[in-house]
Amino acid sequence: MSEQSLLCVGGVTKCYGDRIGCRDVSFELWPGEVLAVVGESGSGKTTLLNCISTRMMPTTGTVEYRMRDGSMRNLFEMGEAERRFLMRTDWGFVHQDPADGLRMTVSAGANVGERLMAVGDRHYGRIRQTATDWLGRVEIDEDRIDDQPRAFSGGMRQRLQIARNLVTGPRLVFMDEPTGGLDVSVQARLLDLVRGLVNDLGLAAIVVTHDLAVARLLSHHMMVMKDGQVIEHGLTDRVLDDPHEPYTQLLVSSILQV
Amino acid sequence: MPTPLVVSEVAKSFTMHLRDGIRLPVVSNVTFALSAGECAVLGGPSGIGKSSILKMLYGNYSVDAGQVLVTHDGRTVDLASADPREVLTIRRDVIGYVSQFLRTVPRVAAVDVVAEPLLSQGIEQSEARRRAEKLLDQLNLPEKLWSLPPATFSGGEQQRVNIARGFITSHPVLLLDEPTASLDAANRAVVVELIRSKKATGTALLGIFHDSDVRDEVADRIIDVSTFRATLDAA
Repeated sequence: MSEQSLLCVGGVTKCYGDRIGCRDVSFELWPGEVLAVVGESGSGKTTLLNCISTRMMPTTGTVEYRMRDGSMRNLFEMGEAERRFLMRTDWGFVHQDPADGLRMTVSAGANVGERLMAVGDRHYGRIRQTATDWLGRVEIDEDRIDDQPRAFSGGMRQRLQIARNLVTGPRLVFMDEPTGGLDVSVQARLLDLVRGLVNDLGLAAIVVTHDLAVARLLSHHMMVMKDGQVIEHGLTDRVLDDPHEPYTQLLVSSILQV
Repeated sequence: MPTPLVVSEVAKSFTMHLRDGIRLPVVSNVTFALSAGECAVLGGPSGIGKSSILKMLYGNYSVDAGQVLVTHDGRTVDLASADPREVLTIRRDVIGYVSQFLRTVPRVAAVDVVAEPLLSQGIEQSEARRRAEKLLDQLNLPEKLWSLPPATFSGGEQQRVNIARGFITSHPVLLLDEPTASLDAANRAVVVELIRSKKATGTALLGIFHDSDVRDEVADRIIDVSTFRATLDAA
């Protein structure tokens, strides 16, 4: 319990004109913890994720992040260059559509290697070796390293996007519906992979999903959002097995049993 | 040595918002303590709230009122009001739980399902696997199944994986929700043996056993849950 939190979100609100994107969201995240954000379409999940990851400026609120030197910094008071460096090195962002997170017209190896070059690695042989290792970890055959992601299936693209994000050893990864467009057998493989990587690397992650099974499998605690507000927040299995709010009870009771 | 688990005046009800907000009282004034090395059994008919009590003690259900006190890192912690992070460390180090059914994860081998609690305590993988294999062997799970994910196993096989996962650590408190329900006589006897050796090493156990033979063999005392029955106005 002595360790310190990694991320501290305080009162984040985002308005789009008169409409509320998300309202007064506060939470803390510790190293190695996975938080799931669930709720239906339009509940503000992605807006919240974009605000926290500084891809969007919130209307009000603060997001503080523990830097590698131990200091806690308000992300919105950082310079643009420093923030971008943080996003490229210490953070990952896995998009629902891999095409948004990958460069589709350069090779798989270059997609992974590019992030390494961003942190200053210039040794071609070493970059290629690291890229090969990472393709292996996400179960992409070594002989596909020179192919473009355009030639990959949806599941492979998503795994490649994950490798690209994790290669720099980030401490915090944002995931927006990471299994969204994939069929179930591919989903299971990807989830198992993400679960293993999160455990092995001790990553903290914020996963936005509308799939409660994904939340149960991956996350330690979860927030349920409705109309831009967090209506329930707690230990994942407690929220799912003993939901208190009417909307959470509706969500949980709507899961199809197989 | 402090009492491993103290339950004090715990109450629980469910509010069913989808059914016009009706309130279902489950239990109230649940009060008992567990000593090291004893096995207490929750008794009473089905539907009286035995599993709900276990789930509250594991932090899986919230607690409406009262305290659940355990010793963690040398201090007394109230699990009923602990934050999620603390509940997770208490589960890792203090309270183990064998549920009625195994929740399987795709693509994770049985031996790794069993070894996982040890890994999370920082024990090395080879050692954790070795101990997992030993337990699975003791529970007569065929060796050819160890490397397979348990999703396709029979009910009894899954339950043995589940038992091994719960018994592999040395948590001071262990909760058992009908661990022998889907086992044959030979494997029930193995579980009785496992419970006895846990008692001998000072673990405090709290279980639900509908099988009266097993219950008679392991129980030091019965806690009658019907005395905790909640009424609409009491809770």
